[in-house]
Amino acid sequence: MKKKKLFYGKGLPYLKLNDLPGKLIVIEGPDCSGRSTQISMLKDWLETKGHAVLDTGLKRSTLIGNVILEAKKGNTLGKKTLSLLYCTDFADQLENKIIPALSAGFIVLADRYIFTLMARDFVRGASKEWLMELFGFALVPDLVFYLSINPDVLLHRAFSKYGCLDYWESGMDLYLSSDMFESFKKYHTLLKREYEEMVKNFNFIVIDAERDPNEIQKDIRERISVFLDSQAL
Amino acid sequence: MKEAESRCKFKGNNQLPGKLYVVEGCDGSGKSTQIYLLYRWLRSEGYDVFFTEWNSSELIRASTSEAKKKNLLTPTTFSLMHASDFADRYEKMILPQLRAGYIVLCDRYIYTAYARDMARGCDREWVKNVYSFAVKPDIIFYFKAPLEVSLSRILTGRLHLEYHEAGMDMGFSSNPVESFKIFQGIIKNYYDEMAEEEGFTIIDASESIEVQQAIVRDIVKENLKDYVPSCKHWQTKEVPGI
Repeated sequence: MKKKKLFYGKGLPYLKLNDLPGKLIVIEGPDCSGRSTQISMLKDWLETKGHAVLDTGLKRSTLIGNVILEAKKGNTLGKKTLSLLYCTDFADQLENKIIPALSAGFIVLADRYIFTLMARDFVRGASKEWLMELFGFALVPDLVFYLSINPDVLLHRAFSKYGCLDYWESGMDLYLSSDMFESFKKYHTLLKREYEEMVKNFNFIVIDAERDPNEIQKDIRERISVFLDSQAL
Repeated sequence: MKEAESRCKFKGNNQLPGKLYVVEGCDGSGKSTQIYLLYRWLRSEGYDVFFTEWNSSELIRASTSEAKKKNLLTPTTFSLMHASDFADRYEKMILPQLRAGYIVLCDRYIYTAYARDMARGCDREWVKNVYSFAVKPDIIFYFKAPLEVSLSRILTGRLHLEYHEAGMDMGFSSNPVESFKIFQGIIKNYYDEMAEEEGFTIIDASESIEVQQAIVRDIVKENLKDYVPSCKHWQTKEVPGI
């Protein structure tokens, strides 16, 4: 079997990583695309099959989670600072949770990875070269599922879930429109474009996420089964 | 108008109307004393001067020290937290102040991060990319002292060295003083290596404080010849963005 690339860029030179027996599976997609529902169903299924599973997501790190929350309240951080804070948080998760679990042979289900962070920054005008090199320490996942959904469906889901729209999830900091409703649609159209641009470069498996959750789960399980079988050979 | 135009052509930093002077060097090289004296002099000459030091963003410092206390940091997260701190000060203070035409003094700049992060094993090109948004200073003073001199300045009368300050996370030695010496030695090598490539102005930090300060002031005075100390450029030319 061809040995796959371990990192996207320069990696973590001070870590001597030879072989990580675990598998890294990423679910990407915007807020309200159904990621956490899919992940919890996958965890059930994989554990029943006898795999050890770690589910982890962005913004759960203890390192700088508070700074981000604080800053968002007051809307006081510059774009570069926010990119770097999110990147710190991701690095913390990667080195302190994901890599140890992979070394121990777990299947890691990541609720979002670097792609959401990059898409959000690209929309805000960050340089592609800068961000790609910045995230060069990220492990290349075994599988990346992208839950694709149209902004109008997303809008409906956001209302059903929260009853109202969120300032940041509507991209209000971009001044696309002073009307949050308009801003949400424009922002998610831009985000979707960024995700779509990444599909080819990062081998996303695109999943139509406008369907029933059980149908989506069936698709994802099929892909994971094929992958796990190929690894067992 | 003429003055403003000639400033645009001035080689060196960034075509920003302000001036950026930074000091770099090992712990105990005396750089903080020197930049403080430079600040006092510039103020006495009537300039508007801003000063900022490493690792001092209010928002981020609390988290950094918390994380350091718990030894939660890896070389990459250590690097990124300091980069976040720098970016916060850069986006809120340094860059806007330079755009407004002020003199900005920094006690440590991106070269501190280069030296420390490389010493901790981060990839050189990766670290440089992280900080690639930062403008090049007008002058980078490197206070270069023999290692024994800076070590004795720091270690005399010090009962305690911080864990990361001593480079204890590197596992060189279980003795903090020994570890500190080894770590500072590596950092000094990185500084020396960068000196030419990055265009450091080297000051012999084993000279007396007065002699060093006189040299620093002469160099700054020369550099300020073309400086227009006001916000008048706003009317006369476009101030570039990021």
